[in-house]
Amino acid sequence: MSDLPKYNELPPGGIIPEPATSLKYYTGDWRVERPVIDQDKCVRCRLCWVYCPDNAIREVDEEYTTSKGKTYKIKYIVNYDYCKGCGICAQECPVNAIKMIPEPVEEPGGEEE
Amino acid sequence: MTLAVEEASGKGLKRPRPMSTNSAIATAARDLDVDVVSAYPITPQTTVVEKIAEYIANGELDAEMIHVESEHSALSAAIGAAAAGARSFTATASQGLALMHEILHIASGGRVPVVMSVATRALSAPISIWNDHSDVMNARDSGWIIAFVSSAQEAYDTVIQAFKVAEDPEVLLPFMVAYDGYLMSHTMEPVVTEDRETVLSYAPKRDYPYKLDPKKPVTIGTITDPNWYYEFKYQQVETMKVALEKFRRADEEFGKVFGRNYGLLECIHCEDADAIVVATTSYATTLKYLINTAREKGMKVGLLRLRLYRPFPVEDFLKATSGVDTLLVIDRAISYGAPVQGPLATEINSLFHSRGIDTKVVSVVAGIGQRAFKDDDAMNMFKLALESRKAAPEETIFYGVRK
Amino acid sequence: MMIEIRWHGRGGQGAVTASEAVSAAAILDGKYALAFPEFGAERRGAPVRAYTRISDNPVIPRTPVTTPDILVILDPSLLHPEYTYGLKPNGTVVVNAKLPPEKIAKILKLKPGVKIGVIDATGLAMEVLKRPIVNTAMLGALVKATGVVSLENTEKAILNKFPGKIGELNVELIRRAYKETVVSEIKEEVLAQ
Repeated sequence: MSDLPKYNELPPGGIIPEPATSLKYYTGDWRVERPVIDQDKCVRCRLCWVYCPDNAIREVDEEYTTSKGKTYKIKYIVNYDYCKGCGICAQECPVNAIKMIPEPVEEPGGEEE
Repeated sequence: MTLAVEEASGKGLKRPRPMSTNSAIATAARDLDVDVVSAYPITPQTTVVEKIAEYIANGELDAEMIHVESEHSALSAAIGAAAAGARSFTATASQGLALMHEILHIASGGRVPVVMSVATRALSAPISIWNDHSDVMNARDSGWIIAFVSSAQEAYDTVIQAFKVAEDPEVLLPFMVAYDGYLMSHTMEPVVTEDRETVLSYAPKRDYPYKLDPKKPVTIGTITDPNWYYEFKYQQVETMKVALEKFRRADEEFGKVFGRNYGLLECIHCEDADAIVVATTSYATTLKYLINTAREKGMKVGLLRLRLYRPFPVEDFLKATSGVDTLLVIDRAISYGAPVQGPLATEINSLFHSRGIDTKVVSVVAGIGQRAFKDDDAMNMFKLALESRKAAPEETIFYGVRK
Repeated sequence: MMIEIRWHGRGGQGAVTASEAVSAAAILDGKYALAFPEFGAERRGAPVRAYTRISDNPVIPRTPVTTPDILVILDPSLLHPEYTYGLKPNGTVVVNAKLPPEKIAKILKLKPGVKIGVIDATGLAMEVLKRPIVNTAMLGALVKATGVVSLENTEKAILNKFPGKIGELNVELIRRAYKETVVSEIKEEVLAQ
């Protein structure tokens, strides 16, 4: 605690005078379960991206062909730095393509950013 | 509506105009060119906001008037406006201040320089629309700067000083200007008002350093865990000390610019007094009027009018009371069940004890729910103060109650 | 020197406004003044009290007036000795009544040396304003009986409060009342009768 700033080294009132400081706060540490997206089952509906309260689902331009031969131009991946593991994405996924796996994950499934 | 009289027309002579304290406060808000007024009506504050609305409607003030649904919202909106960089003002009394209580702490803790006038009034239940200081004394630990004023002129002047101090980047604390409901709020008296240009050069609008601006985002209202919260509270402790000196300087500068100032406290005949009566607001005016009569009768009494209450002007107070062995402190609120039941008397007691000073402090509670306090009662305070030199009452005196 | 005025009226007659107008006139006259009402549960018809203090000194007590120099009674139904408490020995009573001064002195049990000003303010107000709002008529009577403030600034104070037609009518009422108010001093022989 001694290395934290003193009262007079802080801006007043707990105001944070610069933007985007939440990027420095890795809320992924809070996670008890991690969502893992099955790219084969995923129909790219984007609902997980919409519902994620922490903007931790990322839509990336990356081609993927499913085992049934359907090719998508995008993929959804999870940013585990900020995903708190709330499970909303898994709850909302209409095709059950997202599974919540207890942490710590020994053999990480899913793809990280 | 009040009896407004035309302004002195640039002859250098400042002509007073008849105004109530409520009207004087509204006029100060006008002359300070406030940007946002957010308020909810409550007796005896209502005419402050009515008068401001009139100024806005007349085009004398270009401000946003936010009609909210409660005092909780009134202060919340004022805080939001101030955080966005607007000069924000609100006014309340009694239950209104009580309903604001949560938000009082958000203003001070969040370091938002809102200025508020309080027409002090008793608290329910039972209902009393009349005056005492229960409302403000309940808010004394809310981290606001608090001044008690004794005339409509002083109210006008202090609201102007309040903005200067509150908005100072080294202060950034909300400021409450308190005066007696009815006894002052609805009393017509002479007030000299100043032109806006001079008022604004004395108290210029300053850019709130952490204002909400999409181009330069900031976060306010953060959560602070046990590793952080305490430091922000200690900032408030230290800033109160800064505020004391800033207010002292603001008052002195006000005197230079406008020819009127008041100090942090006012002392009359304190130097050679055997006993001093401590009072605020309208009671101080009445005692001030009568102290010469008391002196003529050979009573060696003094009067200390406390103007700045938070931060408490400790050193000034000790200096002013150094030669005296007995102080009678008139409280207009009750701290129920406390060892000393007058809150101001408690604080003065603790100040003396902490400094090893053995001056006696007599605690008197008076004027609760505006129980009449007449000239004779004021004289009785002087008498009681002198009598207490020999044998000071141990318990708080509840003056004027039927028992 | 300080002059203390106590006003007794009924809710709706304008006692508070009158008390304020006198202080406003005094301030315009270059004096210090305070005016404040004794607030109750305000309603039409209820007895109300208001106070005005005029002084050369800026420090004026904010206590109820218990020893008035001037007493103004705005309603004939308030002609009762209980309202004259504390009146100074050489004080002045200004009343709204149709009665002769001697009769009023008897009803109010006034002592010799007290000055009395009488005006039928209700009649005059009905004539000029067509409404029984008597306060401005009482202002005219007060100025006539006491000269405590100037007539000019009393009118100015009223015009500031009520700009336009209403103000003008009230100024007319003040002037009429000023002219018609009968002022006399209570003599011992009057009371002995």
